[in-house]
Amino acid sequence: MNAPTLWIIFPIGLGILLLFINNQRFLSLVGGSIAVILAAIAQFVPIEVALRVGSLSLRLDSGITILGRSLMIPPTEGSLLALIYGAAALWFFGAEASRTATRLVPLGFMIIALMVASIAVQPFLYAALFIEMAILLAIPMLTSIYRPPGRGVVRFLIYQTLAMPFILLAGWLLAGVEASPGDLALTAQSAAMLGMGFAFLLAIFPLYSWIPLLIEENSPYLVGFLLWILPTITIIFGAGFLDRYSWLRSSPQLILALRYVGLLMVVTGGAFAAFQRHLGRIMAYGSIAETGFSLLSLSLDLNLGIPILFLLIPARALGLAVWSLSLTIIKENVETMRFGEARGILRVTPLAGAGMIIATLSAGAFPLLAGFPSRLALWEGLSRESVGAALWMAIGIAGLLISAFRSLAVISMADEYTAWTARESFTQMTMLGLGMIGLFLLGLFPQAVHFFLANLPLMFEQLGR
Amino acid sequence: MELTFAWTAVVLMVITSAGLLFVRDWRWNIILLAIQYLGMFVLTLQHWPIGMASVKVVAGWMSAAILGMTRSGLSEGASAGERLGPRGRLFHLFAAATVVLIAAVVTPAVDTIMADAGFPVTNGGLLLIGMGLLHLGITARILQVAIGLMTVLSGFEILYSAVEGSVLVAALLAVINLGLALVGAYLLIAANAQKTESL
Repeated sequence: MNAPTLWIIFPIGLGILLLFINNQRFLSLVGGSIAVILAAIAQFVPIEVALRVGSLSLRLDSGITILGRSLMIPPTEGSLLALIYGAAALWFFGAEASRTATRLVPLGFMIIALMVASIAVQPFLYAALFIEMAILLAIPMLTSIYRPPGRGVVRFLIYQTLAMPFILLAGWLLAGVEASPGDLALTAQSAAMLGMGFAFLLAIFPLYSWIPLLIEENSPYLVGFLLWILPTITIIFGAGFLDRYSWLRSSPQLILALRYVGLLMVVTGGAFAAFQRHLGRIMAYGSIAETGFSLLSLSLDLNLGIPILFLLIPARALGLAVWSLSLTIIKENVETMRFGEARGILRVTPLAGAGMIIATLSAGAFPLLAGFPSRLALWEGLSRESVGAALWMAIGIAGLLISAFRSLAVISMADEYTAWTARESFTQMTMLGLGMIGLFLLGLFPQAVHFFLANLPLMFEQLGR
Repeated sequence: MELTFAWTAVVLMVITSAGLLFVRDWRWNIILLAIQYLGMFVLTLQHWPIGMASVKVVAGWMSAAILGMTRSGLSEGASAGERLGPRGRLFHLFAAATVVLIAAVVTPAVDTIMADAGFPVTNGGLLLIGMGLLHLGITARILQVAIGLMTVLSGFEILYSAVEGSVLVAALLAVINLGLALVGAYLLIAANAQKTESL
């Protein structure tokens, strides 16, 4: 048995089998349970170590060779896999409540497996190919064959597909830079290619126009899942470039570029969120700001920035899950998620309304919520490097908090004497309740995830050590 | 002789990629796309053995067939309103000429970066990338978007074949091409669903 078979090939096969099942509850429970098992194996069963079970000796090899290239999951990546599949379990368990299990669980398994493959493939530059395959699988997940696709889906497909050639060519050019580090023109060309590739992949300003469109047109829960998995793995893939190429890591221009781009994402995300009049679009801009926070963490001293980057991951996963589930439930009860239509919705979907507000506040670094510890650490680190940058980050955060309070005002603004008629199902209330408790627990006890996060920087050879 | 073949393929690709911009009949679009993959095969052959290069043309033809078969199953009304007026044709002609010119001008510089891939290979690759991007920029129709993306990827694959000879990469790129065609077919059917209902 080897690790790539367990965490890449098996989930793809499982996803294909699950495509033939239509029972929402079964899919959600089976998908979530298997994801939990995969996460537990990743966390507790060491790779490349022989284990004795009675008279049997089991060993999980780290690699597999396919067509002359290898998929390699070293022992140091176990915690990352546990985090990814653990968060996937969270999304899958919530899929029944959002009534998206038939699409999310089968295709979600395949997408996650391909994203894991993008981290595992050697040479690591081929990751762009696996990411592109995941993007292609995301299209049938987002759209129904019985409904015309919107502009957001088409734009998503175009922008994400254009990233692949840039990344692959950048990878080839970077190999040339390694061979002749003094060639400044080649260095500039490879950096520009890499920048373009990641700008498309991470939906860097102004290439993020598809995100708000996508949320308006599709189920927020499905879009939320993509907004969690794609940027998370892409950022880790990007950090892999910094780990591998010392000239990139030590380039002051790149660090400045990451900081400015990160700030641009945080400020525009926060500012646009503050002025939106659509609950879904607020989540879109919130997720854009989240990507900005991740980029900002990479612009810090990497011994500090890498642990912060990993600390951002669980908060993002849980925050987006609660946020998008809340919006999905709200969307079921209103015609559109515009402020005018969603007015007073708190009396109809109280837990979903509360979940949305708490998740927005968490994204805006509200104290005692999941997003607070990581953003506080980031803000502190950033202020040591540049007070101006810390101030800009504060402006972005203020925008997110304003959007939370505006949303709260709108959803609680019901006509006088309107009765409270909770229309959420038991499953929806349970999942939202657990999610909100989780957001508080992560905020109150951030050290609880330390168990998963402590070993994550070991996956890099140079970063965070 | 090889060089003549390669330049012939480039000329063929100028015609097909420009034709894809002008022609609005989906049947001609699919035929032009299939011919474009033939040109791509000839250019890929400059650096790859015939076995690997034929993966490109087979995958490309299969992709074109997927799109063609899907489109043939849809009503003719799905392409209503797609006709270009004289001004539109003139604009497309001007834009296509600009792309051809830009590709010709930057070919020597890019050829140096691409490890001297050869002028026809570099020019052909750049031309398809430029035409594909132009295509994506001027249309929002699903079939045209799929063809535009496949054209951009074809251009990139021609350039990339000069520097990368991995079998895994060739296989994955073929899978991506087929996947793109399947996604295009899926979106085509979805886009037509409402039209059929509303008729």
